[in-house]
Amino acid sequence: MSGNSRPGRPGFLALELDGDGAHPAAWRKARHAPDELLNGARIRSTVLAAESAGFQVATFADGPVSSGRDVAGRLNALQRAAFAGPVTSSIVLVPEVDTVYTEPFHVSTQLASLDYVSGGRAGWLVAASGSTEEAAAVGRSFAEGAALAQEAAASVEVSRRLWDSWEDGAVIRDVATGRYLDVDKLHYVDFETPSDFAGPGYSVKGPSIIPRPLQGQLPVVAQAGLLPSDADVVLVSAPTTSLLAAEVAEVRRAIAGGGAVVGGGAVDRIGPAVVAELDVVLDSRGQSASARLAELDAFTPWSSSRARFVGTAAELAGFLAGLLAVADGVRLHPAVLDVELEELAQLVLPELRRRGALKPFAQGGTFRELLGLERPLSRYASPGSEN
Amino acid sequence: MTQHNRAKFQPSGKIQFGIFFQGVNSGTIWKAPESGSQTDFESFRRIAQTAERGLFAAFFLGEGLRLREHLGRPHALDVAGRPDAQTMLAALASVTSNIGLVATQNTTYNDPADLAHRLASLDLLSGGRAAWNVVTTDNAWTGANFRRGGYLDHADRYVHAEAFVETAKRIWDSWEDGAVSSSVTADSWAGPGHARRVHHSGQHYSVDVTPRLPRSAQYRPVLFQAGDSPEGRDFAARQADVIFSAHPKFDDAVEFRADIVSRSLAAGRGANDVQIMPASEFILAATYEEAREKKEWVRSLQIGPQQAVAYLEQFWGRELSAYDPDGPLPEIDPVVEETSETRGSGFHGAKARQLAEQWRAEAKEKGLSIRQFVSSRTSRVDSTFTGSYAAVADTLAEYARVGAVDGFNISPWLIPTGLDDIVNHLVPELQERGVYPTEYVGSTLRENLGLATPVRSEPLVPVQL
Ligand SMILES: Cc1cc2nc3c(=O)[nH]c(=O)nc-3n(C[C@H](O)[C@H](O)[C@H](O)COP(=O)(O)O)c2cc1C
Repeated sequence: MSGNSRPGRPGFLALELDGDGAHPAAWRKARHAPDELLNGARIRSTVLAAESAGFQVATFADGPVSSGRDVAGRLNALQRAAFAGPVTSSIVLVPEVDTVYTEPFHVSTQLASLDYVSGGRAGWLVAASGSTEEAAAVGRSFAEGAALAQEAAASVEVSRRLWDSWEDGAVIRDVATGRYLDVDKLHYVDFETPSDFAGPGYSVKGPSIIPRPLQGQLPVVAQAGLLPSDADVVLVSAPTTSLLAAEVAEVRRAIAGGGAVVGGGAVDRIGPAVVAELDVVLDSRGQSASARLAELDAFTPWSSSRARFVGTAAELAGFLAGLLAVADGVRLHPAVLDVELEELAQLVLPELRRRGALKPFAQGGTFRELLGLERPLSRYASPGSEN
Repeated sequence: MTQHNRAKFQPSGKIQFGIFFQGVNSGTIWKAPESGSQTDFESFRRIAQTAERGLFAAFFLGEGLRLREHLGRPHALDVAGRPDAQTMLAALASVTSNIGLVATQNTTYNDPADLAHRLASLDLLSGGRAAWNVVTTDNAWTGANFRRGGYLDHADRYVHAEAFVETAKRIWDSWEDGAVSSSVTADSWAGPGHARRVHHSGQHYSVDVTPRLPRSAQYRPVLFQAGDSPEGRDFAARQADVIFSAHPKFDDAVEFRADIVSRSLAAGRGANDVQIMPASEFILAATYEEAREKKEWVRSLQIGPQQAVAYLEQFWGRELSAYDPDGPLPEIDPVVEETSETRGSGFHGAKARQLAEQWRAEAKEKGLSIRQFVSSRTSRVDSTFTGSYAAVADTLAEYARVGAVDGFNISPWLIPTGLDDIVNHLVPELQERGVYPTEYVGSTLRENLGLATPVRSEPLVPVQL
């Protein structure tokens, strides 16, 4: 295990930027009209606000929207992240991308492209949709249970192989020989689903149609348990805030005990980063957090599998400082983006920085650098080849 | 109200430009010191912003879903590697404000609900600037990269494409206008029954989805089509707003226009409803002489000795590296029955031996070396406007006058500076002649192309969610 997972070091904060916030009724407290949600200006302003507040990571949720009075539309997450790429300079952009009902080849090239448009600040939040709605939308049979994990693992494996299928330096532009590519550095990935694959089996030939991503391999983020051997970042949830730190420690122990590894190449391994998931409701403008939550819940109750912090900015700063001592990072799900982000930016993050709990701001850094991961050599590169 | 005769074609008198950032191709020069990266975002940003400065209607990206091969291995000589079109365009949406963003996307290797949603996202993110260039490539060779593989018969591809596009249109049209509330004090985020479920169950796929997105400022993405067979043209006449054609030469363009007008009318649409933008390349300078010199230089870099031999190898099906590129065409015969151009760029299917004989005879008669012959044959030559800025502007003004085309989709031979002389010199000449826009007339691609508001694909029957 490397220092990456040693407690007590400064950690990072991630912010989930979906819609108007994590609370289903969030739109009712947003500082813009509902019909201004689904446009580029909104993406730009929220991601820039998160970046200037000092969040190191922004995540973008995806999937079907719920029904009811509080249903809101949702733009494709990967495209929101891509849109944010050129307008930001340090925040890492991590869209949620499904592995079950999407084509692995497309997913791989889309994510590699996101890495290009963000200057190496891309990651992949792996989702394995167990939704009957998504199955019906693409006309496939519904996958559940172990099949979901198998689909996710296969899709991630395809992407990882495709990202490696152009070795670094495959584009040579050799005028003398007229060769644009060094064909010896391109590889067929020849992926086949395992024989015990639960869904319809498939194969992917490769190579990719895009050169290796800037980071070589994009960091893969997954809920604990979904990709036991192939995540770079593990998201950990607990039912309450008081159980969260213990759950983080438990997951870290399980990872270490199980000898979990990162990535697929023959490089030195370190354990995945462990990131705690937290819903957040804060006091704001003279209104207590609990009153705000009650008001929102009166429209549509907020049910979530994550621990929920309801309180003042100062209390949250104290709680996060403690949590960051055991977790590598925390991902915050603000109840109402416009409201919570203001409090977080003005009161919580400055306090965490003062306490030395946050990693320093790194302009131009990659997601791998934030995680303390080396840029790996392509699995197809012959030993000793270096670029 | 004045009744326009919708059965009669009326030239618009204008020319629009699109930029076709080719990515994978043999025409973009990578050997010159000034040629930049084909994958770095900076190249895309610079060229898109230059195009926008020149009031281009569209920034266009092609697609190829498998790396091209040559004699059984990835093709080493051509520019290769390109980012995903929609991801790149979503990023460009944030650094541009008026130019249309056209993504070539295949109907065979995508799911309709997923693709329609992604295109709708691009459309909303860009404020109504998205377009989809519908292509149908269906070879099993490309299919090897996809879960559902090469499942589509060649003959079926436009039938499938049409069902796909119809489904996408229904998805885009599924939300009522003004469905989303304009105030946070509204009772609900969107009006009751704002969206209609879209259901399609057919031979190739089934879709049952409640779409997640309202209509954009241009209602739905503009549809381009690229494909030249009679089936492809009929498909375009029924479904597309713009055809990305392969007919830039004047007489050919006029003929193609007449054909599309009659197919549009047959499909029950107006004579002007389908616009045409052929692929083209411009080699320009202050004088004709300079432009000719420039063309020599461009060609010599596009078709070097190795490229010339490799071109023949695609048709001979064998290695010809022993042949002198500056000597005559090989006298040995092809080892294949039918020709197959580099895999991934289309199947030729001509009788190989006959073709080889024909080419040998032609080269001998004209006294051309391998290199000269290949240079004279490459299709790009047909689509090239070479000359002084003023002379080419005169030529294009003639296209505009008769309505031979609605515009050109320009493939720059240099990235990222390849549009500079067009924007700096050709565009002003065209503006002086009154045949090129002097400003963006609107904020959406549909407005800028002068396309009519689309009619809903079918009457809206709201359902309670
Ligand atoms: C001008 C032009 C551009 C095209 N660009 C692409 C492309 O970027 N990607 C692709 O897969 N196919 C492309 N195609 C191929 C068409 O989608 C289609 O598969 C091919 O033309 C065969 O159809 P057809 O017989 O109707 O011409 C293009 C075709 C034309 C004429």
